[in-house]
Amino acid sequence: MSPNYVITQKQNLSETVVRMEIRAPEIAKRRRAGQFVVLKIDEKGERIPLTIVDSDAEAGTITIIFQVVGKTTARMAEEMGVGDAFEVVQGPLGRPTEIENFGRVVCVGGGVGVGVIYPITKALKEAGNEVVSIIGARTKDLVILEDEMAAVSDRLIVCTDDGSYGFHGFVSVVLEDLIASGERIDRVFAIGPVPMMKVVAEVTRPAGIPTIVSLNPIMVDATGMCGACRVSVGGRTRFACVDGPEFDGHEVDFDLLTKRLRMYCEQEAEAYERHRCGWHGN
Amino acid sequence: METERKQEKKEKIPRQAMPEQDPARRIKNFDEVPLGYSPETAVKEARRCIQCKKPGCIAGCPVEVQIPKFIREIAAGDFLAAARTLKETNSLPAVCGRVCPQEDQCEKECVLGKKGEPVAIGRLERFAADYERARGEVSVPPVAPPNGKRVAVIGAGPSGLTIAGDLAKLGYEVTVFEALHKAGGVLIYGIPEFRLPKAIVEAEVAYLEKLGVKIVLNTVIGRLKTVDDLFAEGFHAVYVAVGAGAPVFMNIPGENLSGIYSANEYLTRSNLMKAYRFPEYDTPIIRGRNVAVVGGGNVAMDAVRTALRLGAQNAYIIYRRSEKEMPARIEEVHHAREEGVKFLLLTNPVEYLGDDGGWVRGVRCIRMELGEPDASGRRSPIPVPGSEFVIDVDTVVVAVGTMANPIVPATTPGLETNRRGYIVTLDEWGRTTRENVYAGGDIVTGSATVILAMGAGRKAAAAIHKKLGS
Ligand SMILES: Cc1cc2nc3c(=O)[nH]c(=O)nc-3n(C[C@H](O)[C@H](O)[C@H](O)COP(=O)(O)OP(=O)(O)OC[C@H]3O[C@@H](n4cnc5c(N)ncnc54)[C@H](O)[C@@H]3O)c2cc1C
Ligand code: FES
Repeated sequence: MSPNYVITQKQNLSETVVRMEIRAPEIAKRRRAGQFVVLKIDEKGERIPLTIVDSDAEAGTITIIFQVVGKTTARMAEEMGVGDAFEVVQGPLGRPTEIENFGRVVCVGGGVGVGVIYPITKALKEAGNEVVSIIGARTKDLVILEDEMAAVSDRLIVCTDDGSYGFHGFVSVVLEDLIASGERIDRVFAIGPVPMMKVVAEVTRPAGIPTIVSLNPIMVDATGMCGACRVSVGGRTRFACVDGPEFDGHEVDFDLLTKRLRMYCEQEAEAYERHRCGWHGN
Repeated sequence: METERKQEKKEKIPRQAMPEQDPARRIKNFDEVPLGYSPETAVKEARRCIQCKKPGCIAGCPVEVQIPKFIREIAAGDFLAAARTLKETNSLPAVCGRVCPQEDQCEKECVLGKKGEPVAIGRLERFAADYERARGEVSVPPVAPPNGKRVAVIGAGPSGLTIAGDLAKLGYEVTVFEALHKAGGVLIYGIPEFRLPKAIVEAEVAYLEKLGVKIVLNTVIGRLKTVDDLFAEGFHAVYVAVGAGAPVFMNIPGENLSGIYSANEYLTRSNLMKAYRFPEYDTPIIRGRNVAVVGGGNVAMDAVRTALRLGAQNAYIIYRRSEKEMPARIEEVHHAREEGVKFLLLTNPVEYLGDDGGWVRGVRCIRMELGEPDASGRRSPIPVPGSEFVIDVDTVVVAVGTMANPIVPATTPGLETNRRGYIVTLDEWGRTTRENVYAGGDIVTGSATVILAMGAGRKAAAAIHKKLGS
C-alpha cells in the first residue's frame, strides 16, 4: 500500500521546464528547504531525485520543477498531466539547508537550478538575512521564477548568456563584480549546472566567502544504501543523498562529479534519443 | 539392534541430487538455477530420514523448525501438512529453503551426515513450501480478534516481515514502514532472481497483507517521521529492523571512478530496478566485459554471477584470503565456478586505474599470504612485498561488507548504539535502551543471515506480546 501521489497542477515555465504540484500530504508537512524527493513514474520507471521547490501543508501538496533532460523527465512533461499519479514519491530526503541569519547573503541560481535555490532563498529571507539574488539562463525564454525570486530577495539581478534579457553574461560575472565593488557578503549559495557552481566557487574562494553548493549526482535509493551518489568533498568520499545534497563549494571535486554524471550517457541515449548528460535531473 | 538395522536400510538411498539449469545455458538468463524436487524425488529423499528420537537438526535450526515431523509428512505424501508444520515456526520457508546455510545449521547436525550425506533438509523445505504455493492453497491461519494494540515495524526485510506476521496473528494492528517502493529488504533488492525468484517474496508479502498487516512503502523513518512521531501517532511499540544497508568501500585510490559500484548498488539496479531488462525497464546498468568483484561472501557471489548474466567475458572474484576462509556458502562458490567465474584468491586490490574520461580500466592487485589467526579465528592476510600486478577491467563491484545505516538511531534520542553503530539490545528478546522500542536482525547483529533476522523478529514478537498482551 502506498498513498496516491496525484498531480494536482502542471504548468510549463518554458519550453523545456515544467512545474508540477503533487499530492503528498505528509511530505508537505515535514519538508524543509534544501530537501528533495525521489520520484518513480510506474513499475518500469527509474528513480530520480528532484528538489522540493515549495509545499502547501494545508493543501497537502509539494511543488517540483524539472527540465526535460532524459526519458523520465520527457515522459513527465509529455505524458503526465493533472489527475495522473506517480508510483513513488519518497521524501523528504537529504539534510535541510542550514538556515540562520548570516547577515548579507547572495543566492545564485542557474537554469532550472533557480527552482532549487528558490526555497532556500525564501528561508534565508524569512530568517532575517539581507538577500541579493542572481539568476541566469541561456536566453530570455528560459528564465524561470523571476517574480517569485524577486518577492523573496532584497535585490534581484537577472542574467542571460545571449543578452536577450537583463545583464548580458554569466551569473558568476555579476557575482565577481559585486565582490570587487567591496560589498560585504557573508555567505553565497550557488545552485545550477556543475560548471556554473564550479566557477562560482572559484570566484568566492580568493575572497574567502563561505559558499554552499547543492550537488545532483545520480542516485538510486537515496537513503544511503548504495553509494551511487558518492562525491568527493575535501578529499573524503561522501554520499550526497544523506550527507548532502549541500556541501562546501570550495571543497567539492566538481570534475569527478561531471565525470560520474556521464556514466550512463550511452544507455540514456539508447533509452531515449535525447541526452541528459551534463545536467542530470534536479 | 532394531534402529541400527533400520538405519542401514535407509542409508542405501543416496541423497537426491537437485536438478539444475545447465551452466552454459543459465549464464544467459536470470531464471532460478536449482529447479526443485519433483514429488517423487522429495518422497524418496524424505524417506532417508531415520526420525531420530533426539533430533540434532532441530537444535541446529535457529528457529527450531520441527524438521523430523515435516519430513515425515513429506514421506507420507502429505505435502500440505508438511508446509503447515514448517510455517508453525518459520514464516518464510520458501525463502529459507533456498538461502539458508543449511550446511552450517540443521544439515550439519544430521546423524546421516556423520557417515555419509545428511538429509537434504533445505531442499525438502523448499519443496513443501513451493508445493503449497503452486497449489494456491496457502492457508491463512486463524487470526486472534483485534486486541486494540498497535505496533509499528520499521523495515520490511525478513526480520520486520516475521514480527509483523506473528503479531498480526495475535490480534495486533501492525503497520510496517518501508523506505523503498517494494517490501522484502535484501530478499527483494539484494539476492538475485536466479537464487530467489521475486515472485516468492511477493507472495509472502501478499500473505502478510491477508493477515491484516498494513505495509506503508516509500517511508523513510527518521526523515518523513521519527520513532517519537510513531508513538505520538498512537503506536504502543516499535520494532526497528532496518538492516545493515550502508555499503563499505575500501578507501583506496581510484575507487570513485565510473564503472565502480558497491555491491548494493549493482544488485539493487539489477534486482529491484530490473536493470537486467533495460531498456524495457528504465534503470541502466553497465554491462562490463571484464568485471572484477572484490570480496568472498554470498554478496560477492551474487554480484559476480550477475555480471556473467549481464554478458561479462571475464568475471573475477578477488579475495584476500584462501578459498577455505571464504564466507560464502559452498553451494554459491560451486555454482560460480561451474559458471566460469575466475577466482583470484590471496589477492587484494590496492588501486584502481582510470582513463581520461574517468572510467575504470584496470585494478592493481597485490598477492597476500596468510599469517596468524585474527580475532575472528581466521588467518589474517599479509601483503607479499613486490608482488603487485594489474588486471584489465571495465567494471568493478566492491562487496567487502556493509555497516549500519545511521538514520533511525540518529533520530531516536535514547536509543543506544555500539561503537560500530549497531543498536544495543538488552537481552535476547530485542529490548533496547528505549522503553517499548525493540530491535532485531542485521541492525543489531551486523550483516548475518535471513534465518537469524527472522528468529529475532519472532523473539521480539513474543516479548512485545508478553508486555502488551492482555
Ligand atoms: C546480496 C546478499 C545476499 C545474501 N545472501 C544470503 C543468503 O544466501 N543466506 C542468508 O541467510 N543471508 C543472506 N544475506 C544476508 C541476509 O539477507 C540478511 O542477513 C537479512 O536480509 C537481514 O534481514 P533484516 O530484516 O535485518 O534486514 P534487511 O533485509 O536489510 O531489511 C531492512 C529493510 O529496512 C528498510 N529500511 C532501512 N532503513 C529504513 C528506514 N529508515 N525507514 C524505513 N525502512 C528502512 C530497508 O529498505 C530494508 O527493506 C545476503 C545479503 C545480501 C546483501
Ligand atoms: S543514492 Fe544510494 S546511497 Fe545515495
